[in-house]
Amino acid sequence: MTTPPARFDAREASKWFFQHGHTGWLGLRFTDQGDNWVELELPWREDLLGDRSRPVLASGPIISLMDMASGMAIWQASGAFKPVATLDLRVDYQRPARERASVRGRVECYRRTRSAAFVRGIAHDGDPDDPVAHVAGVFMTIGANPREANRALDPAINGGETDA
Amino acid sequence: MPEGQEGLGELPAYARSLGITVHSEDAGMPVLTVDFGPMVEGRPAHFHGGATAGLLETAGYAALRAALLATGRDPQLKPINITVQYLAAGKSKPSFAIGRITRLGRRNANVTVEAWQDDRARPIATAVMNILMV
Repeated sequence: MTTPPARFDAREASKWFFQHGHTGWLGLRFTDQGDNWVELELPWREDLLGDRSRPVLASGPIISLMDMASGMAIWQASGAFKPVATLDLRVDYQRPARERASVRGRVECYRRTRSAAFVRGIAHDGDPDDPVAHVAGVFMTIGANPREANRALDPAINGGETDA
Repeated sequence: MPEGQEGLGELPAYARSLGITVHSEDAGMPVLTVDFGPMVEGRPAHFHGGATAGLLETAGYAALRAALLATGRDPQLKPINITVQYLAAGKSKPSFAIGRITRLGRRNANVTVEAWQDDRARPIATAVMNILMV
């Protein structure tokens, strides 16, 4: 390549990420970003309810929100848009979202190795100090060199990512 | 059926919007399915991890609801947590999921769920859910 690829920017990427596919169907929106974190918004929508007795967003779309924010936080942290696959994602629900409230998901990538990335974050409906959910996840890079992937999984020789 | 309660085969609005339907029944537990399409697509020609999680979670609730109805109980269900393990990429074909009740207590239940595509013995994702019953 004669020109280096532009650094990944979550705000710019959102312009085309959310125009199609699952996240487009959910109507995700970009709200904020930092060096190693991204915040997205899942707008309130009547047909995303999980329970007919209460007008609160289902937990399923909140997982999608956090999964997407996780991936984008990893690209934000590494500066490059390299495919990743979710390996493990855990969501602890603190309380239901408020009625007819949009939910924001803020996720940071706090550690990257050659083949894995670790994320944590919160979902909130207005006040980040009173989260709707906490999440923790591990992602794998796709198509990584197996030898390097093995090294990365061995903590004794894993020096971590140095290309940031 | 009281407002807010979902029977076997009656899925929440979110699940219906995503195109999740009841495919069949296995030993009293519903097998749910969702076709591949733009609504569930993540990277090209693959399921988005969030859509797979949505299928797993819906199947977990459906299994618990079925088990509760079988014992004459009809409580409101509240999520405590869910852990999803992704085992293989979801390809551009239908996915299926079924839940199993690992432990049904008085106040909470532990449910494990498996999702697969062609071969039920080769799951693409699994989940463990803790659910509060009030």
